[in-house]
Formats: sequence, structure tokens, C-alpha cells
Amino acid sequence: MSCLNCEHVSFAYENQTVVSDLSFRVEEGDYLCIIGENGTGKSTLMRGILGLKKPSSGTIALGEGIRQNQVGYVPQQTPVQRDFPASVWEVVLSGCINSRGWRPGFGEREKKLAKEKLALLGIEELKQKSFRELSGGQRQRVLLARSLCAAQKLILLDEPATGLDPVAAEEFYRLLLRLNRELKITVIMISHDIREALECADHILYLSHDSHFFGTADAFLESGPGRLFVEKIAAVRPRRD
Amino acid sequence: MLQNLAEMLSYPFMVRALTVGILLSLCAALLGVSLVLKRYSMIGDGLSHVGFGALAVASALHLAPLAVAIPTVIAAAFALLLLNESGKMKGDAAVAVFSTGALAIGVMVVSLSTGMNADLNSYLFGSILAMSKEDVALSAALSLTVLILYAFFYEKLFAVTFDESFARATGIRVGLYNALLAVLTAVVVVLGMRMMGALLISSLIVFPALTAMRLFKSYRGVILSSVALAAVSFLAGMFFSFWYGTPAGASIVVADVILFAVFSLLGRIVGR
Repeated sequence: MSCLNCEHVSFAYENQTVVSDLSFRVEEGDYLCIIGENGTGKSTLMRGILGLKKPSSGTIALGEGIRQNQVGYVPQQTPVQRDFPASVWEVVLSGCINSRGWRPGFGEREKKLAKEKLALLGIEELKQKSFRELSGGQRQRVLLARSLCAAQKLILLDEPATGLDPVAAEEFYRLLLRLNRELKITVIMISHDIREALECADHILYLSHDSHFFGTADAFLESGPGRLFVEKIAAVRPRRD
Repeated sequence: MLQNLAEMLSYPFMVRALTVGILLSLCAALLGVSLVLKRYSMIGDGLSHVGFGALAVASALHLAPLAVAIPTVIAAAFALLLLNESGKMKGDAAVAVFSTGALAIGVMVVSLSTGMNADLNSYLFGSILAMSKEDVALSAALSLTVLILYAFFYEKLFAVTFDESFARATGIRVGLYNALLAVLTAVVVVLGMRMMGALLISSLIVFPALTAMRLFKSYRGVILSSVALAAVSFLAGMFFSFWYGTPAGASIVVADVILFAVFSLLGRIVGR
């Protein structure tokens, strides 16, 4: 069953097109990585999927049974959050807010949901800790737990490994893969980490200024843009080391 | 001491000032937590100067002071928000422009029309005598509205303050809550500046929140303790002001500074 269907989607800012005529389809249980250089519209596309930016043409449709506010979103962390006085519990519980409508407070149902997600991600012992005292990896888990409170089936992540040390990043990717494989949660992630993307994701959406590629990870490596992209990265890497 | 207290409460103007002052302090403290966390600490200061300008113009034109000041300051709060969101001007720069600009306009209007009179002077430095019975009723009603709205939207305001992107994605109308914060802040600033003075009102907004954050680590803890701190510093300042004849606004701020120092110290000890 399809989870997300984009047909001939274009995005523009003040007549400046950033994404043009993009079509792809995400099935339930897929793991899609969106990769590409800066300025190719990755974040814009994500805003479009979240319903925060209207495409200038084309349609973006969520699958049956997923309402717009039931897309779990893990945004990039902001400087405001770094010294924000909030307990892990408060942050995770705030993910349930989409089910409350105008009613204030949280009910038993929301509290139970938040507890479940803490347990699922193995961060129950952090419940009373302050968000600002956590390590980068722990924070990402907390934000993931919050997104799971808002969503049952589909989560979107915007470069979740930014600022994490390699070990924490690896752990986070493992966790994500487990959610995807075991619980059939659909994952759509913007990533700069190509190696990881090709390893975990079953589908790749590659955006560049002049062309797009959408297909399985294996097909991407065989494709023209895929080869070019991997070559470019391979050419950059050794000099850095 | 009890006798002093009884004497203080025997003056109707003192009772009025205490009632309104405590309500306004609580509102300012609640709003302050969100504003400080959203990096809007200086907005209160900027708005109070706009308020001063508006009051000067109202007084020159013989208009009702609050009827002019409240809408003007609300408009200024919206303009600051919009400027910041559109990215046309950085928040701190916009506040600086509004604040000094409005202050200068106020001073110009005053000097051209009447010359500095005691009334406007009291707006700069505050006066507990400035409260008429109608002001008290209006201030109390608006303060209660702020408190009720804050309690009702507590979870949403938390979500919007902590993470606007996530809040937007989950269907919360972020713009609406930012606007609500702006309007409530504007109202509290205009009402509070009569007692605290335009130069000191922003302390009611920033001090309790900043002090609470030295020690408390959960949002609920910060909210509750900043409300308590606001009440304590307000009452301490008022009593001191009554007994020693010091200006109320400055006395309250000094109490705030002392509490801030104590909490910073405690925070360091606990944090180690």
C-alpha cells in the first residue's frame, strides 16, 4: 500500500524553481534516503511532504489512513533547544499534542503512548532527566520518541546524524533500521551520509540541479548520476584523510 | 512589623497597587519564560519604550492614555514578530530601532507640547500612585485573562517554544500562538509600565524566568518557580519601598537581582 505519492511535483521560491517535475512513490515499510548536494531542494521537498509548503505544480498525496498531522517529524536541532529547561518526559509527551485538538492537558491515553515510546527506544531511565543534560545521541532518541508519539506509520528525518559522533550516529541508524524492519514504520530521511544511506535504505531519491534519480539503492549505484556522485565523493575523501 | 503591614494595607492606593502588581508580575513571569527561551528577552524593553512614545502622544492630544498605548504597542509587537520571521531584520536590531525611535518621538512630542511634566515622568520611572480605580479594574481583568489563556494553551505554548518546526508539522498553528504571545506581552508591558516605569518593566518579564532556569531543569519546574519568584520579589520590593520610601519599581528589580544571585549560587552548588 502506498504511503506517499508525489506526482510531477515542482517547488519554487519567488519564481526561482528549486525542484522541478519530481515523481516518486513510497510504499508502506519502505526506507527512503533523500540525498544530493546543498541547494537541490531536499529540505524544501520535506517541507512539502509535511504540508508546510505548497508545490507550485503537481500533487503530494499521503497514503490512506495517514492524516497530515500524523507524519512524525524529526527536525534538525535548533540552538534554542541546547539549553532548554524541559524534562525528557515533557518533550516526548509534547509529541501527542496532535491528538488533543483544542483540549488542554494530556490524558491517560497520551501518557501511556509516551511511556510505550520511551520503552521502545530504551530511554525510560532518562524520563526525569533534563533535555539540556543529554548527549547528542540521547537527544536524537528523545526527538525520535516524540515523533513516534505523533505518528504511527511514517516518520521523516532531516539529517539526524548532524553533530553526532560516529558511534552515536551508527547506534541511531541501527535503531532506525530496527523500527523500519521490525515495526514496518516507513522512514524518509535526508542524509549526507551516503555510505550509511546505501547500506540501510532500500530506496534512494537523488536530487541534483539538473536531474533526479529515484529507485532502489542497488539501481542507484548502477545509474549514471549514482556513479558520478559516488565518484565525486571518492575523489574528495582521500584528500581529507 | 505586623503593625507596619497593617498600616500599609490601610492605604487604599497601596491595596490597589498590590492587587494589580501581583497579578501583573505573575503574567509577566509566565510570558517571560517563553520569551526568554525564544531569545526575545529584549522585546519587553523595546515595547515599553514604544509604550512611552504612545503615552506621550496621547497626553499631547488629550486622549485616554491606555486606549492609545495598548493598540500601538500590540501593533509594534506584531511588527517586531513579522520583521523577525521574514528575516528582513534581525530581532535584536529591530528591537533597538523601535525602542530608541519611539523613545525619541515621545520626548520630542512632550517637549513640543507641554514640557516634561510629572505625569510622563512617572511613566519613565513608575509610580504606584498612577493607578486609578478604572485602571485597577482593567488591569485585573486583563491579567486574569492572560493567566487563563496561558493555562489553557500551556501545552501548545510549550510545543511552539521548544520546537517550531515540529509543532508546525503536527498541525499546530504556530503563527497564531506567536501572535497570542505578542498580544499578551504587549498588554502586560503597557499595564505594568505605569507601576514599574518604562525603563524597568522588562525586568518583570526576564528576571523570574532567568532566575528559575539557574536551578530548575523541567519546564513545569521553571514555570512554577518563576511565578513564585515573581510574587516574592514583588512583595519584598513593595514592602521595602513602603518602609524606606524608595521607588517601587527599582526596589522590585533590586529584589530580583538578589534572588538571581542566590539562585545562580545554588545552581552552581547543586550542579557540581
